Amino acid sequence: MIKYILKRLMYILLALFVIVTVTFFLMRLAPGSPFASERNFPPQIEEKLNETYGLNNPWYIQYKDYLIDTATFNFGESMKYKARSTNDMISESFPVSLTLGIEAMLLAVGFGVLIGVVSALYHNRFPDYLATSFAVLGISVPSFILAGLMQYFLAFKLGWFPISGWKGFIYSILPALAIAFSHMGFIAKLTRSSMLEQNNSDYVKMARAKGIGKWTIVFRHTLRNALLPVVTYLGPLTAGVVTGSFIVEQIFAIPGLGKHFVQSITNRDYTVIMGTTVFYSIILLFAVLIVDILYSVIDPRIKLKGAKK
Amino acid sequence: MTQQQIEKDKFKIVGGNHEATEKLADKSVSFWKEVFLRFSHNKLAIIGIIILIIVILMATFVPMFSQYKASDQLGVYNAPPSAQFWFGTDDLGRDIFVRIWEGARISLFIGIAAAIIDLIIGVLWGSISGLAGGRVDNIMMRIADVLTAVPYLLVVIVLLVVMQPGLIPMIIALSITGWINMARIVRGEVLSIKNQEYVLAARTLGASTGHLIIKHLVPNALGAILVTMTLTIPSAIFTESFLSYLGLGVPAPTASWGTMASDGNKAIANAPWRLIFPAVFISLTIFAFNAVGDGLRDALDPKLRK
Repeated sequence: MIKYILKRLMYILLALFVIVTVTFFLMRLAPGSPFASERNFPPQIEEKLNETYGLNNPWYIQYKDYLIDTATFNFGESMKYKARSTNDMISESFPVSLTLGIEAMLLAVGFGVLIGVVSALYHNRFPDYLATSFAVLGISVPSFILAGLMQYFLAFKLGWFPISGWKGFIYSILPALAIAFSHMGFIAKLTRSSMLEQNNSDYVKMARAKGIGKWTIVFRHTLRNALLPVVTYLGPLTAGVVTGSFIVEQIFAIPGLGKHFVQSITNRDYTVIMGTTVFYSIILLFAVLIVDILYSVIDPRIKLKGAKK
Repeated sequence: MTQQQIEKDKFKIVGGNHEATEKLADKSVSFWKEVFLRFSHNKLAIIGIIILIIVILMATFVPMFSQYKASDQLGVYNAPPSAQFWFGTDDLGRDIFVRIWEGARISLFIGIAAAIIDLIIGVLWGSISGLAGGRVDNIMMRIADVLTAVPYLLVVIVLLVVMQPGLIPMIIALSITGWINMARIVRGEVLSIKNQEYVLAARTLGASTGHLIIKHLVPNALGAILVTMTLTIPSAIFTESFLSYLGLGVPAPTASWGTMASDGNKAIANAPWRLIFPAVFISLTIFAFNAVGDGLRDALDPKLRK
């Protein structure tokens, strides 16, 4: 187990190194300077700015500096908003995104599993068709479209929810739903098919023959086995929630990290782009690792590759 | 035991598809024919195929024969759907109906191009890695491992920030990590086929590696490859619309579903049709490709074969 985790950590470090290197060289190739919007720049000032940000050094020095900065989690100052460091931005806005993300994940897993279980129990009957079409809808409709539609109909037309902002729980419901919806559909589909598979197995027939109630069988027996594919989906789910937040935070004007990331893209604010990219990468890489470890804990039949007994 | 009487009127003659029954009566049905039969019984997949055919036909012909061009500014701004403008017009007075089908061309092109690039790199990488085995296999798969660990969308975003937005950069960005999945699947197939006797026999007869890949490995892996390809297309279309939404998509005058939806989102309060039409067509197309892909996977799954 420890050997496995160490090996995975090594991969994570390698992957991070690749990301950092690639982003560094790509940003150097990028057209357009972050200072481009300030017009009528005297050359002296531009020179000074370049000096402050170390843009005059040869590339290998810049690269070395950048690697050291990244390793020490010092992502530097924003090039657009003077005197705002990327670290501040992240620490300010990440909690917001985290709250939203966790809410979305809970929604996706909770309702996804529930819908999946219901449709498996009522296989090929009305609730199944309803749940399956719901799942298909969730998979097919991109989250940003859903976010726009919900904002318009539920918040603007019906006034059930606040239109935008971030001032309490009620503000988080629509955005979290928008992020969660497509994943809910996917999890429902996963749960349904693996529940159906389990329902044909001998131990379920045995339990049924003993006269155990439908729902007891589900909770005591089937669900535990049926949930394994759902656990594997938690890794992609984390990634999906992060990317979903880019757009949904923008639409609902939520001051989260996703919004900053998107804005830094539009502003070509290289330090912030690089900082957030590396930060996101770290989170995602560790999320996947945790899911893999969790998976082996939940299902003892699975032996992690590279782990000795 | 009493015999229960079953009334005659509970039965009705439904007739039969004689052609199909004839074919089933054959001694052996070829694998692909069987797959086709099973696929054609999948209602969802058939609906998907029909939607795709309609979308492809409309995308081909509407921009060719329409009286307006996608970039024509017709002087009627934000007009609701009417007999003249079937899907209404946008804020620059462009006909949305034509733009939808122009956008379908872009989306389909991006999806299919990304899938083909994935296919080429993935098949080459996977089959070489699987066939070579040993250290080469190890190194190639470790490279793939590290690349999969890199969060896909972040790389795409960073790439597009750097490159000038456009069709080609979009396709490159989409396929830069997309091939890995394909490579894994092909490698798995190769490993399971590689040690079978007929491959050994071909080797003994002096068949080259290239011949082995094309003649023996690819046909056997075709099913898995096909499914992966059909499922790559909707995710590419989805990513395209997502990136267009972030302003990293195909640049302005070109109609793309993502750009149209993102513009429409801003105008939702006074011109909801500008969001609804692109939204419906993005969703329908993604749904159709997914349905076809799932149908293919079920049809190809030997476990479900009867």
